[in-house]
Amino acid sequence: MSKDKLTDYDATASNNTDVGGISVAEGMLPSGVNNAIREQMSHLKDFASGTTGIDVLSLADDDASHAIKLQAPSAVTADTTFTLPDGDGASGQTMITDGAGTLAWAAPYGNRNLIINGAMQVAQRGTSVTELGATDGYFTLDRFKVAFGAASAGRFTMSQSTVTDLAGFSNALKLDCTTIDTSIAAGELFVLQHVLEGFNLQRLKASSTSTQAFTLSFYAKSNASRAIATEFEFTNGTNRQISKLHTIGTSWARYTMTVPAASSTQIDDDNSAELTMSFWLHAGNTYTSGTINDDALAPTTSANRAPGIGSLFASTDNTLEITGVQLEVGSGPATPFEHPRSYGDELIRCQRYFEGGTRANSSHTGNAGAIWTQKNDSSSRSFPQMNAEYKVFKRATPTVTIESGQDGTANSISGYSSGTNYTVTSIQSPSPSYVCSYFQTTGGLPDQITVGYYTADAEL
Amino acid sequence: MNITSAQYVQDENGNNNSINAVIDEKAMFVPLDPANRHYAEILRQVAAGTLTIADAD
Repeated sequence: MSKDKLTDYDATASNNTDVGGISVAEGMLPSGVNNAIREQMSHLKDFASGTTGIDVLSLADDDASHAIKLQAPSAVTADTTFTLPDGDGASGQTMITDGAGTLAWAAPYGNRNLIINGAMQVAQRGTSVTELGATDGYFTLDRFKVAFGAASAGRFTMSQSTVTDLAGFSNALKLDCTTIDTSIAAGELFVLQHVLEGFNLQRLKASSTSTQAFTLSFYAKSNASRAIATEFEFTNGTNRQISKLHTIGTSWARYTMTVPAASSTQIDDDNSAELTMSFWLHAGNTYTSGTINDDALAPTTSANRAPGIGSLFASTDNTLEITGVQLEVGSGPATPFEHPRSYGDELIRCQRYFEGGTRANSSHTGNAGAIWTQKNDSSSRSFPQMNAEYKVFKRATPTVTIESGQDGTANSISGYSSGTNYTVTSIQSPSPSYVCSYFQTTGGLPDQITVGYYTADAEL
Repeated sequence: MNITSAQYVQDENGNNNSINAVIDEKAMFVPLDPANRHYAEILRQVAAGTLTIADAD
């Protein structure tokens, strides 16, 4: 057999009687020597460039008594090139692939997603709200807020949509324009935001004044091709802002943004808002007239925050759906979306910021809220009260809203049997763990169970 | 955040312990915690001169 590549060579020297068909057997022609060397050099070049391979790469120890060997499977279905990372990773990191052969170092899987409710499963406040666009706030899916600048005519519906065409996901956050705004004032903006607490961000630090690289990934689709920007802005520090443009298509696709390591940054180790992630969906000149800052964290320049984006308010046909939002340490590639261990786990994480959402039962026609019940056995008290310990210790002392008693009367609780409503006049000793309400009555309450629904809001 | 009214609420000892506010057309009890976003906004609007917190009844 002609020996045309290294793997054709024989370990027994006497069996190697040709090189690429040029005889090197006993009695070979003298002219065959240089031709054989040239042929052999071409074999080495093919090996060096990866045109031909070897069966096993053997890396011997110092005395050549043993070796570490790397080997391909016995049957390889398609050529695959693995590109190694540029240098070593940090201690404890693991090697991951982007699915296209590029390998990278990344933190070990598990508890790596800094985003809460990234799969859009938890919606304690409700699953759909219409005519949004005038007031900032949290309206549907937990931990995701909308914010606006100067008054805009644009309005939209925000909902938890059902996903049927993206493996691994059943829900998304959907924004659906219902009123257009094509006369965009300079100060207008519409952003979908996720605000992160300092306590949860300490892993981003490289030092007290610098941050490691981190990577955002999310799935999105739109009714038509749509340019949006993602942005990170730290609350403190000198270098605090960076954006990236994305063109969202009409089918689900994954989009990523890597924020390089940076100096002159600051992340306080407390319960305050330290980092805001924004999806820019509509903006005026104030935010679009510059050049998008997509190189590195830098001081915030308003004009560089969202140049190049389109407007979700351009047409009532416009929709945008987002799910699978993940933020993790590392320069990418993004790792697969880390689903919560369970819906219950994700709900608990959300309840650090907001508690409510007990669905109304058959006898309750009021707003959804966490339920509290208590038997009032002190009918002679001058200040009848009802107490509740929150399900989860809150980020801060929450704002308490008395949603209703049984029949939906706002700011009231009610006797379970009598149905009588009692107006809540104050809360006492507010804390992150406990709420006590005082309610108005004359001469105390009869000995009965009282029922009420409340929400506790400690959002950022 | 549209805050249309704000009034201190006192505890049994007569100390202010929260604010009864109407925010975005909804009545809320806002604690005096600077880390609470509603209280922070109330303080911002008071400083800007666009909101006054009424004394407790």
